[in-house]
Amino acid sequence: MGLANTDIQSGSSTEQTDGNIITTTIDKVVNWGRKNSLWPMPFGTACCAIEMMATLASKFDLSRFGSEAIRFSPRQSDLLIVSGRISIKMMPVLKRIYDQMPEPKWVISMGACASCGGVFDTYTLIQGVDQFLPVDVYIPGCPPRPEDLIDAVMQVQRQIQKGELPKGSEVAYNE
Amino acid sequence: MSEEKEVSEEEQPLVLQKLQDKFADALLASTEIRQGVAVVVNKENSYALLEYLKTDLAYSFLVDITAVDNSKLESELMQYDYARFMVVYHLYTYEGETSRIRVKVPVHEKDLKIPSVTQLWKGANWLERETYDMFGIEFDGHPDLSRILTPDDFEGHPLRKDYPLRGRGERESFNFEKQNV
Repeated sequence: MGLANTDIQSGSSTEQTDGNIITTTIDKVVNWGRKNSLWPMPFGTACCAIEMMATLASKFDLSRFGSEAIRFSPRQSDLLIVSGRISIKMMPVLKRIYDQMPEPKWVISMGACASCGGVFDTYTLIQGVDQFLPVDVYIPGCPPRPEDLIDAVMQVQRQIQKGELPKGSEVAYNE
Repeated sequence: MSEEKEVSEEEQPLVLQKLQDKFADALLASTEIRQGVAVVVNKENSYALLEYLKTDLAYSFLVDITAVDNSKLESELMQYDYARFMVVYHLYTYEGETSRIRVKVPVHEKDLKIPSVTQLWKGANWLERETYDMFGIEFDGHPDLSRILTPDDFEGHPLRKDYPLRGRGERESFNFEKQNV
């Protein structure tokens, strides 16, 4: 079995139990399962979405990281990927989609436009979705390469494995 | 003499000749650019000219309606009695030699009304709404002249030259809770 994973193993194995029994905690197993089946909710509004599609396609294959189950319903997903520029008129829609996602949920802000408005410093564009959403991982780039998105997903995975709460939850629990 | 006349008639596209015959007083200017024709017509006759182009000259395809804010272009302003805006219609025909024609209509800032062409082309509906939203041109007879790109409670018309690029603070002060999604 491939369960001999340093992510979840907590006790040290003896010679007798080596390879047969591992000791761990329930949190670690839950986090391990959770991180390997992140279901993304894509919110693609611009060229970043093209890179996101490339990430999901066979050449880069996000399913290697367990995140291939793209859900177009926010109620079935736990990872929001904001890829593209968000206008003031679009923002309430995005906020509502985020609110509909069940906890725990993570947010990736993909690319310059989603993170800070990018080159579009205009009257119509939100200068960074983090003004309205709790963003866990930012990706720089215009647009970022698929490897960058994979890196961001792995960053979220590392946060989950460490047992860190998503940024949105921290806000909610503190209130 | 007759030879000279023939040459000049041949130079001018047929559609331009027909328009000049029918709307001699209304046409303010006309130009030829590559295979296309552009005419400037006054507001009073714009609907009649567009209707004539559509029904009699087979310019059945309305490509686009937009506007230009000439407020910082002195040369254009002087030419058309200091009309700030120029509403532009792009038409296309599948017949004839001159496939594209642009109809431009000067509009003064103090009277932004212009006849709607939604009766001629149903596709004009959203194009006119966009032009209203961006420039504040008021299309008379439009079934629902409301904003289409900016939020409903947006103030001002952002493609006008005097609108600041970074906005008037709507990015910072926008109330998201109030919006209907």
